[in-house]
Amino acid sequence: MQSLSHEYIIGENGYINLIPFKDYTIDYFSPSIIKDDSKCIRCQRCVRTCDELQNIGALTVSGKGSEMKISTFFEKSMYQVVCTNCGQCVNRCPTGALVEKHYIDEVWGAINNDKKYVVVQTAPAVRIALGEALGIDPGEIVTGKMVAALKRMGFDAVLDTDFTADLTIIEEGHELLQRLTRALKDKDPAVKLPMTTSCSPGWIKFIEHLFPEFLSHLSTAKSPQQMFGALAKTYYAKKTGVDPASMVSVSIMPCTAKKFEANRPEMYASGYQDVDYVLTTRELALMIKQAGIDFKTLADDNYDSFMGESSGAGVIFGATGGVMEAALRTVYEVVTGREVPFEGLNITPVRGMEGVREAAIKIEQPLPEYDFLEGVEVKTCVAHGLANAKTVMQKVKDGTAAYHFIEIMACPGGCLGGGGQPIPTSPEIRRQRTSAIYSEDAHKMIRKSHENPEVLRFIRIFSLSHSDTCRINCCTQLIRPVNAIKRAKGAC
Amino acid sequence: MPESQSIVHKAATKRGRKRQSLLPILQDIYEHKHVIDEEDMVEVARELDISAAHVYGTATFYSFLETRQSGQFIIRLCKTITCMMHGKNLILQELERILKIKPGQTTPDGLFTLKEANCLGQCHKGPAMLVNDTPHTELTPEKIRDIIDGYRREALKL
Repeated sequence: MQSLSHEYIIGENGYINLIPFKDYTIDYFSPSIIKDDSKCIRCQRCVRTCDELQNIGALTVSGKGSEMKISTFFEKSMYQVVCTNCGQCVNRCPTGALVEKHYIDEVWGAINNDKKYVVVQTAPAVRIALGEALGIDPGEIVTGKMVAALKRMGFDAVLDTDFTADLTIIEEGHELLQRLTRALKDKDPAVKLPMTTSCSPGWIKFIEHLFPEFLSHLSTAKSPQQMFGALAKTYYAKKTGVDPASMVSVSIMPCTAKKFEANRPEMYASGYQDVDYVLTTRELALMIKQAGIDFKTLADDNYDSFMGESSGAGVIFGATGGVMEAALRTVYEVVTGREVPFEGLNITPVRGMEGVREAAIKIEQPLPEYDFLEGVEVKTCVAHGLANAKTVMQKVKDGTAAYHFIEIMACPGGCLGGGGQPIPTSPEIRRQRTSAIYSEDAHKMIRKSHENPEVLRFIRIFSLSHSDTCRINCCTQLIRPVNAIKRAKGAC
Repeated sequence: MPESQSIVHKAATKRGRKRQSLLPILQDIYEHKHVIDEEDMVEVARELDISAAHVYGTATFYSFLETRQSGQFIIRLCKTITCMMHGKNLILQELERILKIKPGQTTPDGLFTLKEANCLGQCHKGPAMLVNDTPHTELTPEKIRDIIDGYRREALKL
C-alpha cells in the first residue's frame, strides 16, 4: 500500500480522513516518529519488532475487541516513553501508521530561499540503499548518482559524512589508547573500560534509559553527523566565507533516531543548531521523485571538496563491525607502526551477521612509547540490534565479560539496516547491502582514517593532536559537551 | 519506601517474579488500591524486569482491572442479548437518570462508576448487574433505586 502511494506520489490528501468518525489520535510530538492510529490496521508487526528485535517493548497492544489498539505506556506520546527512536517499527509498518517525521517541506523551503546557504551531508549507509527506493537492485552503490541528484536539487554544497566518520575514528581510537594507557600503564582504577562506541543515537538513548550507570563507558566522541554539523557551521563556514547564521545544515541518514539526536539541546556547539534537518533515505528518494529527476540515467558526480573526501574506513561505518574494524586499523598502526595483520586490511572476525561477535587482537612488538601493550590481547565485541546489546551489557554488568572495546549499533546489520532505509529491509537485502559496503571499501584508494588527506589537513589546522595541548575550542566541536568540560580540565 | 512500591514489592515476593506472575500481581494491587496507576505499573515492570508498556497492555486487556481512578462502587451492567431482552435498556436509562452519568463515567462525588459488561452468567435471572463483587439480579427500575440508595447509605456511614 505504501509503495503504491509512493509510486503515484499521493501524499496525505488521497485518503478519507477517519479521525472525525472515530476517537483516533495522531502523535506528532516526537522529533523522530509520527504515530497515526487512524492508519493502523493492528497487525502488530511493530509490537513484535520492538519486542523481539530490540527488546525495548515501547509499543504494546492495549484494550480488547473494538477498542484494541497499538499504544505506548499509558497512551503517552512517543517522546515521553522508553523508545529509542530506532525506527525499526517504521520500517516494518505496512500502512504508514508509524512514519518518520518529515522535514521535506522545510528543506525545500531552505533550498528555495536565496538567502540561505544549504549544506548537505550523506551518511555511509545511504549510498548503498538509496537505489532500492528508486528502482535499482539492492546492493548497487549509487554514490555518484546521489551526489549528482543532490546538486541538481539545488543544494549549495554536497559533502560527505564519511569525512567526519574518519575523524570519529581518530578521536575514538586515541581515546581508547588513552584509556588503555591509563588502565595498564598508570594502573588508574578510575578509568572506565570497556569503552563503547557512541555513533548510534538509538544506542545512546538505550543506555541512558536502561544502563545509566554505564554512561561514562561511552566514548566521548560525538557521532559523525553531529561532528559534521558542528564543523560545517564553524570550520567550513570560515573557509568558504559563509555566515553560519544563514547556513542550513541538512543531513541524509539511514536513521530516524538521528532526527532526535540533531534536536538534542546539547547539540549547539557551533552556537546554532548544528544539524538543522535530518532526512531519511526514504525521504531523499521521495524528494528526488518530487524534483522529477530520472535517477537511473544520471551521470556520476563527485563530492564538493573539502569535507568531501573519505577513506574506506569511513565507508564501512555503515555495516555492523565497521566502526570496530576502522578503529582497529588506526589503533594498531598507531601502536605498532605496522598495518593490522590481516590480509588486505580486512579484519574478517568482526564482520558478519551474528548478533554478538567477539574478536581479540594480540599486539606484538609495539613502538617504544607503547611498550606496556606488548603481548596484550585487545578484546573486542561487536553487537547489533538492541536485544543483543542488552545481552552484552548485562554480561559487562555482571562482570562475566572482560572486553576493552565494544561496538554497538542499535539496528540489525548496523546502519545499513537502519529504520530510515528503504522498505522492505530483509536479511537477504541486508546481506547484499553489506557486501556492497565492503566492496566499496576494498576499492577505495585510502583505506585508513588516519591517511585521509583532508582529515590530516583539518587536524593540522585545528592542532587536533591530543598529545599536545588541545585547544578547548576544537574539542567542543567534536566531543559531547559534558565531557568537553572534563577534557578542558586537563584530561586531554 | 513509597506506598505503591511496598505494595508491589510485597505482591511480587508473594507471587514470584516470572512473566506469568504479572496478572496475579496486578490483581493483588487492584484489590489493595482499587486502581492500578502509572506508578504501580512502572514499579511492576521494574520488579519483573519487563517493559512498562507490556504491564499497561495486560492491565488494559482485563475489564476487572482499572487503570484510571474510578468510583468507590463500580456498577457493571450486563449488556449481552439475554439481559437486553429482559429489559436491560430500561435499567440503563434508570441508572443514567439517578446517577446523572453515562456508561464509562464516574459521578462527581466519586461514589459510582457506570460500565457495561459482557455476560455475567446470570441469564436465567436477567437483567443482571454487578456492583464491585456483589451480583444483583432480576432488576427492575424500582429495585435499582433501592440498591443505589443502599450503597449511598453505606458510603455515608463510612
